[in-house]
Amino acid sequence: MMKEWFRNGKQALGVSCIMFVLCGLLYPFAVTGLAQGLFPYKANGSLIKVEEKAVGSEKVGQAFTAPYYFTGRVSAINYNMYTQQDTVADANGEVRYSGVSSGTFNYAPSNPELKKRIEADIEAFLTANPTVKRQDIPADLLTASGSGLDPHISLKAADIQIHRVAKASGLSIEEVNKIVKNNTEPRTLGLFGEDKVNVLKANIDILKKMKEQN
Amino acid sequence: MMETTPKKSFITMDMMKGSILGAAKKLNPLYMMKNPVMFVVEIGFLLVLLLTVSPTILGTEAGPHDRLYNAIVAAILFVTILFSNFAESIAEGRGKAQVQTLKKTKTVTQARVLLADGSEVMKEAHELTKGEIVLVYAGEVIPNDGEVVDGIATVDESAITGESAPVVKERGGDFSSVTGGTTVTSDWLKIKITSLPGESFLDKMISLIEGASRKKTPNEIALNTLLVSLTIVFVLVVVTLYPMTVFLKVHIPIATFIALTVCLIPTTIGGLLSAIGIAGMGRVTQFNVIAMSGRAVEACGDVDTLILDKTGTITYGNRMASEFFPVQHVHQKELIRAAWLSSLTDDTPEGKSILSLAQKLSVDASDKETIIQSSEHIPFTAQTRMSGLTMPDGTTVRKGAYDTIKNESLKAGYPLPEDLEKLVHQVSSAGGTPLVVAKNSRILGVIYLKDVVKSGLKERFEQLRAMGIKTIMCTGDNPLTAAAIAKEAGVDGFIAESKPEDKIQVIKEEQALGKIVAMTGDGTNDAPALAQANVGLAMNSGTNAAKEAANMVDLDSNPTKIIEIVEIGKKLLMTRGALTTFSISNDVAKYFAIIPAMLMAAIPEMDVLNIMNLASPTSAILAALLFNAVIIPLLIPVAIKGVNYEPMSASKLLNKNLLIYGLGGMITPFIGIKLIDMILSPILPMIGL
Amino acid sequence: MWQIAIILAIYLPLVILAGHYLFRVTMHQKTFLDPVLDKADRLIYKISGIKQENMTGKQYVLALILSNACMIFVGYVLLRIQSVLFLNPNGIGNMEATLSFNTIISFMTNTNLQHYSGESGLSYLSQMLVITFMMFTSAATGYAACMAFCRRLVAKTDTIGNFFVDFVRVITRVLMPLSVGVALLLVSQGSPQTLSGNQTVETIEGKMQDIALGPVASLESIKHVGTNGGGFNGANSTTPFENPTAISNIIEILSMMLLPGACVVAFSLMAARRKKNTLFGKQGLAIFSAMAALFLIGLTVIYAAEQAGNPIIDSLGINQELGSMEGKEMRFGIPQSVLFTAVTTAFTTGSVNNMHDTLTPVGGLVAMFNMMLNVVFGGKGVGLMNMMMYVLLTIFIACLMIGRTPQFLGKKIEEKEMKLIALCILIHPAIILLFSALAVATAAGSGGITNPGAHGLSQVLYEYASASANNGSGFEGLSDNSYFWNITTGLAMFFGRYLPIIIQLAVASLLAKKMWHSDSTGTLKTDNAMFSFLLAAIVLLIGALTFLPALALGPITEHLQIHR
Repeated sequence: MMKEWFRNGKQALGVSCIMFVLCGLLYPFAVTGLAQGLFPYKANGSLIKVEEKAVGSEKVGQAFTAPYYFTGRVSAINYNMYTQQDTVADANGEVRYSGVSSGTFNYAPSNPELKKRIEADIEAFLTANPTVKRQDIPADLLTASGSGLDPHISLKAADIQIHRVAKASGLSIEEVNKIVKNNTEPRTLGLFGEDKVNVLKANIDILKKMKEQN
Repeated sequence: MMETTPKKSFITMDMMKGSILGAAKKLNPLYMMKNPVMFVVEIGFLLVLLLTVSPTILGTEAGPHDRLYNAIVAAILFVTILFSNFAESIAEGRGKAQVQTLKKTKTVTQARVLLADGSEVMKEAHELTKGEIVLVYAGEVIPNDGEVVDGIATVDESAITGESAPVVKERGGDFSSVTGGTTVTSDWLKIKITSLPGESFLDKMISLIEGASRKKTPNEIALNTLLVSLTIVFVLVVVTLYPMTVFLKVHIPIATFIALTVCLIPTTIGGLLSAIGIAGMGRVTQFNVIAMSGRAVEACGDVDTLILDKTGTITYGNRMASEFFPVQHVHQKELIRAAWLSSLTDDTPEGKSILSLAQKLSVDASDKETIIQSSEHIPFTAQTRMSGLTMPDGTTVRKGAYDTIKNESLKAGYPLPEDLEKLVHQVSSAGGTPLVVAKNSRILGVIYLKDVVKSGLKERFEQLRAMGIKTIMCTGDNPLTAAAIAKEAGVDGFIAESKPEDKIQVIKEEQALGKIVAMTGDGTNDAPALAQANVGLAMNSGTNAAKEAANMVDLDSNPTKIIEIVEIGKKLLMTRGALTTFSISNDVAKYFAIIPAMLMAAIPEMDVLNIMNLASPTSAILAALLFNAVIIPLLIPVAIKGVNYEPMSASKLLNKNLLIYGLGGMITPFIGIKLIDMILSPILPMIGL
Repeated sequence: MWQIAIILAIYLPLVILAGHYLFRVTMHQKTFLDPVLDKADRLIYKISGIKQENMTGKQYVLALILSNACMIFVGYVLLRIQSVLFLNPNGIGNMEATLSFNTIISFMTNTNLQHYSGESGLSYLSQMLVITFMMFTSAATGYAACMAFCRRLVAKTDTIGNFFVDFVRVITRVLMPLSVGVALLLVSQGSPQTLSGNQTVETIEGKMQDIALGPVASLESIKHVGTNGGGFNGANSTTPFENPTAISNIIEILSMMLLPGACVVAFSLMAARRKKNTLFGKQGLAIFSAMAALFLIGLTVIYAAEQAGNPIIDSLGINQELGSMEGKEMRFGIPQSVLFTAVTTAFTTGSVNNMHDTLTPVGGLVAMFNMMLNVVFGGKGVGLMNMMMYVLLTIFIACLMIGRTPQFLGKKIEEKEMKLIALCILIHPAIILLFSALAVATAAGSGGITNPGAHGLSQVLYEYASASANNGSGFEGLSDNSYFWNITTGLAMFFGRYLPIIIQLAVASLLAKKMWHSDSTGTLKTDNAMFSFLLAAIVLLIGALTFLPALALGPITEHLQIHR
């Protein structure tokens, strides 16, 4: 019996070691090499550059506060965005930004906090967009994404913001409409997923347009 | 309780009284422990009883009506246990009547033992040991099982077989074994005792029927394992539910938790399981078959191949004359007369059938008595292989096997009739036995002795085929005859000119193909094959060797019974399966009754799930619990009689039983619980619940 | 709805193809990769000293346990000292002891319950050498166990197959090639694959944003191919880098479904091996159909529930046309989200593309119930083995109903097997219910609950169902990185993994040694639609009866309350 244990143990150890190298090292290195060779842009995070400076990733959403930008979905982690003072402890000793993460509020449908948060957001949104009727606000805009990094909003969510964005940016409704259209990613093959607008890319276009017009 | 018991014909008043008493006796926890499902109910009962006496003893709050509620729950649980015990008692009770008669035969107290020096000593019957020789005279009861070593006598075996005609027992051969408890009715026998006191055939039979020595069969143990694990799961479900309700601040009385547990664990099948087993074995004994173990009965249900002897099983043991075929230039009348003559003194069934056929064909029988008295009677012997008579005038009339008569005739100088061989062949190929008749060594013709296939067998075999059971016929006949009979009887295969060794060979071959094989047999020759077969049914008339090798003995010595036993075996398993399915399916409805009821107080929205629209939470829980109790006695008849079985393919059978016991098991409690709730709901407010 | 139907339609030919390939790998038949891989395998056998001899069931289990023990030990040490090792560009610290215990058990058992957050809890080296490594080996372990199990069901001997050989072959011939392919597909969709550290960018509004990068795609592929489920990032496949597009979502869904389904196909071919050129053996098809039926029922319910939305949000007066979007990603929408959820819980992967804690109560119930059943395809290999226990149970009950001693593939199921089967079926609910009861009864346990009322109980039930089923998804609101949760879920995963595997292989060994009996019209047909139906019904019935009371207090109550 002992002998069998020993024999098996030896083989077990041997195969573990080999697999450490094979699955733990060789495999990821090989895939990295291939990926970097085949898809260098995407393998490095699809970073968007404005004037040669990375301003974000086309895959990752961002929070926008200026009224001339489209706002994205609610994020529990504020899209990992922060300012310098967020990284140092405030008066209560709390650090507002403690490092990169992902996730959501995890409010159950029955959680009163969820209702409270959405109610507050509705009021804020209606104040910022006085022309929009409450029943026209699509829920995706006021619900938190799962990752906290969702780069997209629904077409409807973009539509109801066009008026505000146009007014605040000084662009015409048509121009903003066009920007939205250009940054709309339709369902793949017209079937898979949802029609959606990439908020960051649309906002970069707005920024460019605004710069052009100035 | 009386209202719920079935019709009188099914059990008598007497049995009923005994059963109720038996049910009460079985409440002893030590006895209950053997049945884990019902044991859990008993523990639940004791807990609720405790809570009735002192509602706060487990540290829970108690409302004003909790004591009454607890008392009612306790009462229902108690009745549930009683019902289950009652079922078992009834099953045992049915066997007891049979045992009573058997026990009456066990009245021998003294036996006359022959010592080595020839002297006789009287000895207590229960002191007899194996190997001792006893002498039994007419009118005395044989003290124990044994083998005849000397003497010839008739023995009345009706005590065991129910057959009133006495049987001849003599030394050697297939009729040498005697059973303790049977009575010698003429002459005397010297018997060598072959079993120990208390281990005789009769003793075994009594204990089997009483259920005392009932060992759980493998399938029953496996099912029990399943039931125990389901019980554990449901106990776990309820035990873990308690802290969850506390966490959510839902207050539920302890008695309700116990009620939930009892409703969920498979009490229906748990309460009836041992009754089913006892009754199943009982069905076998009622059929006058003694199964040495429950395992053997269950194995019957699995049989794939039946090996049957032709003679006695497929055909009537005796062949019957059906036609006379004269050879060329012989008048039929002459042949008939000669055949009639040759059989006048022949007492064998074949001989008698020749006489009756001849008489039917209006033979001249006026001189019958004279001829019988004046003629010399030549009986059949294995050497001569013919029989007949020699008349005073020297005329010889013989009938016999083709070869024998042919030789005789040729020796006497007669030419062989040209068409004789053709006639013989014709009879053989029709499945019959040809008997050649000669008068003064001149061949007159052939008697067609027909093997008569038992009526209804063909249909039986067809049913067996539908059940997936293959039948193989064994016969000593030549292949031609065998094929004809096989075709007529509708068996799937046959072995002609078979010797006992061939049977073992066939069994082994079938078993190598993964088949379960059953066979019947009676002779000592059959013993190895009986032992090799998965199911061996020995005839009681057979030798002790055969009986010991077999795992079942048919007291009526009717080999066809194996077919019925297969059905009994299937029925036994099916009853267990059906009631298990029924029991588990019941839980669905019980959930819909109890879960909303127990949560409604704290979570009013649960009322949506009260799809049966039960009057109040209390009445819902009590109705479910009552249904759970009442269903046990209602199913006693099914448990004891077994579920209906008609031969059909496995798939059809499954569909049928699923529909009845699966779907039925799901729907029935919805109706039952609703009905009970309708009865309870006006009563409960009156007593303050 | 159409997109779901099309994805499932694509799945069918794929799974049959994969099943045939898996069958060939298992039975050592020729495959197109042999010329290269035979040499590679031989090299591996040589270096690690593997003797390619047949093992008995007992030896097989021993080899399995020992090799897993080896890996657990080394992995644990690595996590505890990761800060001082190389490939740690983001400067991650060592992992705490109970969290390391939980993590290592989690990954070795193919559960991938994550009580840490990938971005901040693991160095790149740990992601590769511990997480990626274990994703391969745990999947290969499960698969090897399953094939040992299936082989014994159809064989006439208990001495058959070698664990190490099975283990190596499935990695080199199945997991590795598939993972490389899927990883590159994912990169093409936008998953990063780099060894450089996280990027910090300045946004157009002048704020800073941290973008978590890393060797994501290589982990992402084996995560799904091996039904592992542990994400590179905390939010798993909801994050745009782990699951950038609808296409990547479909690739991940199909990757999860591929091998568990293929195991059933491979088994079907083993059971029908006497017939040449079988596309899908009938016995396996019956089991596959039962699994598929259970899966589709769940999928339909969850789709309806999520599409209907949250009535509380409705009451606020905004437009919920798109369904319940809290916790979901815009690029997936309801159909792609619910399909992912149904698949990840049924195939016990545990990755999520939406946050399950935010599912509607009924949607969450389906996800939870899939894991409570743990047989709706289930994890790679072990799902089939779990289902086999129910198959044997169904046969037992059905055979009794036709008056036959239970028999499967010619082997009789008797007392000993029944004991083990019953025990095996008992373990899973026992773990879930007992630990859940313990959690809600203790302060340490209930301290982790973050949602009030009934949903709090749901969080607990979900966590243990996920742990015991070796799924790994969570109602992530639960703050589960505490001693109590790390240790209890660690134990739940451990027992939920190894006890069933040992018992199931024991059952198979017992059956392998049994006499074979033939089938006839009198024996139960276990390869037709009726049997599939019965199997599905019994799984549902036993599952419902066991978990309904707890579910009634959790999701059902929550559902009734929000629909008041």
